[in-house]
Amino acid sequence: MTTTLQSSALRKRVATLGKPRKATYIVLAIFVLGSLFPFYWSFLVASRDNAMLGQRIPPFVPGGNFFANAARVFDTVPFWKALANSVIVSGTVTLTTVLFSSLAGFAFAKLRFRGQNGLFVFIVITLAVPTQLGIIPLFIAMSELGWAGHLQAVIVPNLVTAFGVFWMRQYTVDALPYELIEAARVDGCSMIRIFWSVCMPAVRPAAAILAMFTFMMSWNDFLWPLVVLDAGNPTVQVALEKLQSGYYIDYSLVLAGTTLATIPILIVFVLLGRQIVAGIMQGAVKG
Amino acid sequence: MTVIDKIAPEGSKAGERVSPRPTFRHRLSRWDVKVSPYLYIAPFFIVFGIVGLFPLLYTAYVSLFKWKAGDDTPDFIGIDNYKDLFADSQFWNALTNTISIFLLSSVPQMIMAVMLAALLGARLKGATGWRVGILLPYAASLVAIGIIFANLFGPKYGLINGVLQTIGLDPVDWQANRFSSHVAIAIMVNWRWTGYNALIVLAAMQAIPKELHEAALIDGAGMWRRFFSVTLPLLRPTLVFIIITTTIGGLQIFTEPKLFDALPGSNNGGSSNQFQTVTLYLYQSAFENSSLGYASAIAWVLFVIIVVIALANYFLTSRLTRTPAVKKK
Repeated sequence: MTTTLQSSALRKRVATLGKPRKATYIVLAIFVLGSLFPFYWSFLVASRDNAMLGQRIPPFVPGGNFFANAARVFDTVPFWKALANSVIVSGTVTLTTVLFSSLAGFAFAKLRFRGQNGLFVFIVITLAVPTQLGIIPLFIAMSELGWAGHLQAVIVPNLVTAFGVFWMRQYTVDALPYELIEAARVDGCSMIRIFWSVCMPAVRPAAAILAMFTFMMSWNDFLWPLVVLDAGNPTVQVALEKLQSGYYIDYSLVLAGTTLATIPILIVFVLLGRQIVAGIMQGAVKG
Repeated sequence: MTVIDKIAPEGSKAGERVSPRPTFRHRLSRWDVKVSPYLYIAPFFIVFGIVGLFPLLYTAYVSLFKWKAGDDTPDFIGIDNYKDLFADSQFWNALTNTISIFLLSSVPQMIMAVMLAALLGARLKGATGWRVGILLPYAASLVAIGIIFANLFGPKYGLINGVLQTIGLDPVDWQANRFSSHVAIAIMVNWRWTGYNALIVLAAMQAIPKELHEAALIDGAGMWRRFFSVTLPLLRPTLVFIIITTTIGGLQIFTEPKLFDALPGSNNGGSSNQFQTVTLYLYQSAFENSSLGYASAIAWVLFVIIVVIALANYFLTSRLTRTPAVKKK
């Protein structure tokens, strides 16, 4: 071993590779503050009255009007109904997306059938198709069916997504050993039984991540619900937009609504932040 | 492979060996193996066919009619909608706005995402906490973001102009000025997506073998040199993937410009359409002016633009990924 001065210094540098400096923390802290600020601002305005917005640099401590402003939200738009609708829509869409995606993922990953590869490639291609641009015929169809204004008009188009199928397939390939399927076959299990009792337990982590993302995406969906639902039977996002579209924007009212609508998702984030981060990073590697 | 064969259709040989004449149960089981896969993938194809593919194709059909909302007998007018569209200055204006907002949001976003990922890639204390922290904007709905930022960017009483004036700068009319309004909308987009994309880049960075960095360090490469010569080339496929998804989403931008308008509920994208995007114009034509045919023509043209750009990106990706990951010395 030649321990010259230079090589020992080098070894030290190799050892400190990837060690954060103080500046790293400072820059990250600025980004996190920037991420938090608009949420805090929304709550701040919601907790005061509009006089605050007349000041050039307003006080940065919350006032005591949040609950009064929140109560006005419920008086101005059917916010309870909007919350219930959003829970129904997002809940149903999440359940069906996870179920149908897991089924299709199982079929594509572990079963063999004619046209399998072609069909899977087709699904991957549809990932890039902006289906949102088909809203006009979809609206015509929903009107013909008499579904416009009803929740099923928002639920049915989102029962399952290409992304869900893709995601579950990628996970099932590695997570479910053929031996398990074979053993279940030998025991006389039907296919659907194998899916439910062998596949589902093995792919639960991926299904949970898919459920989280589907719920958030559905909860935040705006264009199609705005097109097909009316002000009397809105989802949360549509209700928020209606709240804002008076002739005069009462910001302490509107931002109270925004705060209320964001709280459920923020709670999900605080509880499941680690899993959400892991989901995005896994998706990046597998995709 | 034998394992696969047993669960594949041909695999029911195992059952046949037990009894030469297939019993009802065996036939049922064979049928189960053969048909189940199609049943399991059917929901996606049915849903996609009815609410994805069919409407998209039918949009092309609707675009050939003078079709007012509620019309029972729309008039066939051939390609007149397209002729009108290409002569419609409002459409070109909307397309320019869309591309301008897209560039203002995607380019800085990519640079910041890579930078953030490099910071997050260090051996931080409380790594998960930092990651969740920068991902927080992703929790906000686009509507919430639109409302909050419209307030922050308010021309008279907005906080941002308040801060600008306090430090002695002139206030900016974020609404009326075309370029400023694009900047404001791009900031909303960047705020929501930078952290999300940073995590994707981070995942790709962590997949780079540590030995490469060590080797580069021993060869005397400094921090920046290692970043540009080792990290960045290996990130290319991931970056192009992000560019494609950002393109498809960014060219359809709707919610942010709609909620940014000072006239609440308006679909104009500002008093002189200075920040009206193509999807916002589509929405206005279809659901405010009830011109379903004309709006369908807009949708179809935008669709073609997105497909062309996505395909261009795809060929770019496959070319970039085919080149060796680490460049020759």
